[in-house]
Amino acid sequence: MKSAEKKVDTFMNKPISAEQDTRRGARKGAAERLMKTVFTVCGFIAIAFVLLITVYLIISGLPAIREVGIGDFLLGTRWEPDHKTDPGLGILPLILTSIYGTAGAIALGVPIGFLTAVYLSKVAPPKVAAVVRTAVDLLAGIPSVVYGLVGMMVLVPAIREHFDLAAGDSLLAAIIVLAVMILPSIISVSENALNAVPREYEEASLALGATELETYFRVSAPAAKSGIAAAVVLGVGRAIGEAMAILMVAGNVANMPSVFKSVKFLTTAVAGEMGYASVGSLHRNALYSIGLVLFLFIMCINVALNVFLKRDKEK
Amino acid sequence: MKKKLSVLLACLLVFSLILAGCQSSEENQGAQNGETENQENTSGELEGTVNTDGSTSMADVMAALKETFAEVQPGVTVNYNGSGSGSGIEGVLAGTCDIGLASRELKDEETEKGAVGHVVAKDGVAIVVNPENGVEDLSVEQIAAIFKGEIKNWSEVGGADQEIAVFGREPGSGTRGAFEEIVGVVDACAYTNEYSSTGDVIGNVASNPNAIGYASLSAVGDTVKAVKVGSVECTEDTVKDGSYAIQRPFLMVTKEGTELSEAAKAFLDYAMSADVSDVISAAGAVAAN
Repeated sequence: MKSAEKKVDTFMNKPISAEQDTRRGARKGAAERLMKTVFTVCGFIAIAFVLLITVYLIISGLPAIREVGIGDFLLGTRWEPDHKTDPGLGILPLILTSIYGTAGAIALGVPIGFLTAVYLSKVAPPKVAAVVRTAVDLLAGIPSVVYGLVGMMVLVPAIREHFDLAAGDSLLAAIIVLAVMILPSIISVSENALNAVPREYEEASLALGATELETYFRVSAPAAKSGIAAAVVLGVGRAIGEAMAILMVAGNVANMPSVFKSVKFLTTAVAGEMGYASVGSLHRNALYSIGLVLFLFIMCINVALNVFLKRDKEK
Repeated sequence: MKKKLSVLLACLLVFSLILAGCQSSEENQGAQNGETENQENTSGELEGTVNTDGSTSMADVMAALKETFAEVQPGVTVNYNGSGSGSGIEGVLAGTCDIGLASRELKDEETEKGAVGHVVAKDGVAIVVNPENGVEDLSVEQIAAIFKGEIKNWSEVGGADQEIAVFGREPGSGTRGAFEEIVGVVDACAYTNEYSSTGDVIGNVASNPNAIGYASLSAVGDTVKAVKVGSVECTEDTVKDGSYAIQRPFLMVTKEGTELSEAAKAFLDYAMSADVSDVISAAGAVAAN
C-alpha cells in the first residue's frame, strides 16, 4: 500500500525520496524557464525579419523614388530603365498590369473556386469530395515554375493560334495561369467557411420549403460571407505576389496592359531585371522601389484580410 | 545513465562539427595566404582561388576553361559567378572579384575607370527564326527594320503573310546589348516579347512560326534556324575571319594598376594562350588566339 502512495520514477522505476523530488522540481523550473525563453526568442525572430525587411525596403527603395519624383515614378507611363539617352522610370504600366492581371484572375478564379467549395461542402458524396479535395491540395503543392512551364508550352501557343496573334504571350495567358494558381486557396478557405455554417440554418430553410440550391446560395453563402471574402482577399494576395509563373507567359514588355499584348508585372520586373541592373545604378534602385510599392500593396491586402477574419470571429 | 550518455555524445558530435568547421575555414585562409607565399616558390605549382564574375553568356566557356585549368594547376580553384557583363566589370573595378567577364566591348566610362579587356574568344550573335519559316537570308538593314518595328510582316522580306513576333532579351542583357549595338538599333527596338535567358528565346522561337530572335551562336541548336546575314552564314569560321557581321568579343576584364594574384595571372595567361582554342570551340564559342 505504501509504495502506491510514493511517487515512482517512471524512467528508472524506483521510488524517489522527498529531497530528490524538490531537486527535480527546481530542475524542471529551470528547464521550463529556459524553454520559455527559447519560445519567446523564436516568436520574436518572425517580428525581427518583418521589421528588417520593412526597414531595408524603405531604405533601399526611397532613393530612386526621391530621384525620379513620386509622381513621375508612380504615374509615368514609360518603363525603359536602360535607355541610353532618355531613361524612363515610370511604373504605371507595371502597376496597372498587376492590378488588371489580379482582377482578371479573381474574376475567373473566384466563381470557379466558390462553386467548387459549395460542391465539396454541400453537394458531393464524401468519397468524391475526398478525391476532389486531394486534387485541390495537389494543385496547391505544384511549384509555380511548373505552372509557368505548362503555360508556356500549352497555353501560349494555344492563344496564339486561337486568336491569330504574332505571339501568344499576353495578359490573357497570365490571367489564366494566375486563376488556376489561386484556386486552391480560394476553395479551401471558402469550403471551411461553408462548413462552419450551423446546420440548423440550412435545416430551417429546407423545412420552410426552399430547394437545396436556394438554401446553399440564399442561406449558406450569405452566412459564410466574411469567410468567402477572406478567401478572395487571400487569392488577391497570392496573385499579386506571384512572379515565376507569369514571368514565363506574360511576354515581359512594359506595355500598357491590354488583353492580347505582352505585359510586364511589378513582380516580373524585379525578378527579370535584377540580374542585369548594375549595382548602385538608378535602374537597380528603381527595382527596390518597385519592391517597396509591391510591399505596400501586400500590406494593404493583409490589413483587409485581417479585417474580414476579425469580423468573422466576432460573429 | 543512458540519457546522460546520449546527451554527452550529442555534445561531442556538435563540438566536433564546430571544430571541423573552424578547421576548414583555417585551411581556406591558409590557401589564401599561400598565394603570397607561393610567389617565392617558382616551381610552377600554384595554390589559391580565382574569383571570376560576369557575363552569363560566357558560362559554357568558363566551365570548360575551369575544368581544363584544373588539370594544369590542380591547386588553383576557379570560381565563376554569372551575374551579367555589367556586374562583372563593376566587380573587378570594385575589387570584389579577380577577373571580370564581359560579353561586349568595354564602354568608354569603363575604360576611363581603368578596366582593361583581354579577348579570349569571339561569339557570333545568330539571328534565329522558326525552322518552318521560309526566309533564309536577311541584310543587316532588314534585321534593323524588323527589330525597330518598321517591317511588321514576313511577306515584306520574302516570307509568308504572317505578322512578325520580335523576341529579345531583358534590358541589360549582354546579348541584347551586343546585338543592338552591332545592328544599330540601340533603344529603338519594338519587342513583342522579352525573355530573361537565351534558352527562353530559343525555346519560344522554336515553338512560334512567326518569331525572330537573337542568341549566341553557341546556343543555337537544331530546334531553330539561323538565317544568313548579308548572305554570310553564321558559323565559327565566318565569325573568326570577321565576315559575319553580327559578332561580339568575350572579354576577361582586369583593372589597370591592380596586380593580379599569381593564380589569377596564371589563369588569364592560360585562357589567352593558343592551347585552349579547342576547349573554347568545344564550348561553342570561337577562339580568338
